[in-house]
Amino acid sequence: MGKTAFEKIWDAHRVSEIGDETDLILIDRILLHERTGGVALKSLHASGRQVNDPAQVFATMDHIVDTLPGRSDNTLMPTGRDFILATREASKEAGISLFDLNDRRQGIVHVISPELGIILPGATLVCPDSHTCSQGALGGLAWGIGSSEAEHALATSTLRVNKPKTMRITIDGELSPGVTAKDLALYIISEISSSGAVGHMIEYAGSAVTALDVEARLTLCNMATELGAFSAFIAPDEKVYKYLKGRDYAPKGEDWTAALEQWKTIFTDADARFDKDVMLSGSDVPPMVSWGTSPQQSMPVTDDVPHYSEVSSRDSRDSYDRAIAYMDLEPGEPLRSFSIDAAFIGSCTNSRLSDLRRAADILIGQKVAPHVKAICVPGSTSVKALAEAEGLDQIFLDAGFEWRESGCSMCFFAGGESFGAEERVITSTNRNFESRQGPKTRSHLASPETVAMSAIMGHIADARMLAGKESR
Amino acid sequence: MKPLKTVRSLAVPLIVDNIDTDIIIPSREMKSVSKTGLSDGLFAGWRYTAVGSREINPDFVLNDAKYADAEILLSGDNMGCGSSREHAAWALAEYGFRVVIARSFNPIFRGNCIRNGILPVKLSPEPIAKAEGPITVNLEAMTITAEAGDSWSFELETEAREMLLEGLDPIDLTLKRAADIAAFREADRARRPWIYNLKAG
Repeated sequence: MGKTAFEKIWDAHRVSEIGDETDLILIDRILLHERTGGVALKSLHASGRQVNDPAQVFATMDHIVDTLPGRSDNTLMPTGRDFILATREASKEAGISLFDLNDRRQGIVHVISPELGIILPGATLVCPDSHTCSQGALGGLAWGIGSSEAEHALATSTLRVNKPKTMRITIDGELSPGVTAKDLALYIISEISSSGAVGHMIEYAGSAVTALDVEARLTLCNMATELGAFSAFIAPDEKVYKYLKGRDYAPKGEDWTAALEQWKTIFTDADARFDKDVMLSGSDVPPMVSWGTSPQQSMPVTDDVPHYSEVSSRDSRDSYDRAIAYMDLEPGEPLRSFSIDAAFIGSCTNSRLSDLRRAADILIGQKVAPHVKAICVPGSTSVKALAEAEGLDQIFLDAGFEWRESGCSMCFFAGGESFGAEERVITSTNRNFESRQGPKTRSHLASPETVAMSAIMGHIADARMLAGKESR
Repeated sequence: MKPLKTVRSLAVPLIVDNIDTDIIIPSREMKSVSKTGLSDGLFAGWRYTAVGSREINPDFVLNDAKYADAEILLSGDNMGCGSSREHAAWALAEYGFRVVIARSFNPIFRGNCIRNGILPVKLSPEPIAKAEGPITVNLEAMTITAEAGDSWSFELETEAREMLLEGLDPIDLTLKRAADIAAFREADRARRPWIYNLKAG
């Protein structure tokens, strides 16, 4: 019987078997950020251990650092400075690469890793961050871990891992105009639930997936953690090779030629078996918005807020009631009738250049509704520079958006900046949990297009309303 | 890490699906670059009446005086989903929890529990919640028994079970294989030189 691509990568990295279901797996790349990485390095140092191969470890400042223009080590989050200084000091001590404030390579860890060619097809990569699954979009095996496991990986270049089961999600057909990878991600979660892939390694396949460009694939894989998955993966192809060629840490010269040859063997054999197979149709996917406090509580933007009977197959009565009350929604009312207080474009889900371009297409020549606070946070310093070079910053600013320095920003509330109690926010991020973006803040997840359109209208809105408008 | 063999305690019934790690410990409660000082922030959004306040919310089950010394937590589906923050496990452990029983677990949270001396048990929580009085979790036998005699068995992979039973540090165990790892890396370097030739250019 043939092997899945995941099994090929796993087997190539298996140093030894440890127990009945556990293998010692070689780790090729380790990424850290100041939120969870600093504590891992500090704890490693305190235990008298050293980083086994500092050249394979990269750290960035993204989670706590402010995104306001003119930022410094001081942060709006009380004690944020401690995290920044600790990470800087520990990185220096450990001899690892740090993409610090003011470094052109700084940015959200899952944005900069592909951008710099750190994640590669067939490589194993870990980071103490649940959205590490994003990076499987380039055909590597990348997954999120805790800080203790990060210490283990730093000290040994390996991890003791229970081999996950495998699950293929095939999406054939074409996505409709105005439907993006973000809508697809929310659609999948609403179909198979927030725990639908627990314990599984997902391979996304099918014509709707291969049609996505690399940045859209990153968006799709980003939300695999919202399915409870171990991680997600898309087989590498010409689009990935072309994307990676010439990037800072991508292989060069003879290495590139050898790498390319090996990468072409990373695919799932035709006779390979998955533990679970899910088939979905790309043409069924509408623009999606979350209504509740779990990503599985998502719905077509054009629909009415569901009554319990419509979602009872996925949500318990308690979860449903709690979400409706928290979000202050009226079942049966159109979702589009709800006024918003804020709009946010950013995060490891949707802050890459293509995301900003598509939002700018909606915003050009338009104004954000007067009662809406609108913020755009590019995913990396490089994305920000590229966007500015083509004038996107001016489009956002003219429309009434704030234009920020790169970082995770208000994807979550760390104690500093927040959207405020009971504010309704339309957001291109990945988590609509209670108080995620601020105490009692109500978050609706959506694509950058939907966020931009809603910001203009002042209420949740369908970006396809602008169809026919000249597009880039 | 403190070895875990048996735990006898009341089980706190917090049977809610999709409890995320932001709920277990909100980001705003992770104030220092440290693994300690987190138990006050455990379930802060539900445990206290307002953000930043320490005024007890009497409606939250953890604040019920009879559970003051409880070491077992019952939860629903997809426990510990969301952020990978190990602070969730650190806060639970510091508060005194040694066992979490849930219908299913997020994989990162589950791993973080095991590495911090918390036993994750995958079982349906409702029957256990019906048990009167304390229950006893026996990791060697992989059973849970109630005073009235009801019992349930559970599964756990050998590796995790040994770690918890012995209170072992996995890094120490792996470092014993350092020579094997070095040899594997050397052979791998010949196969995949580009993985090791990390010069930014």
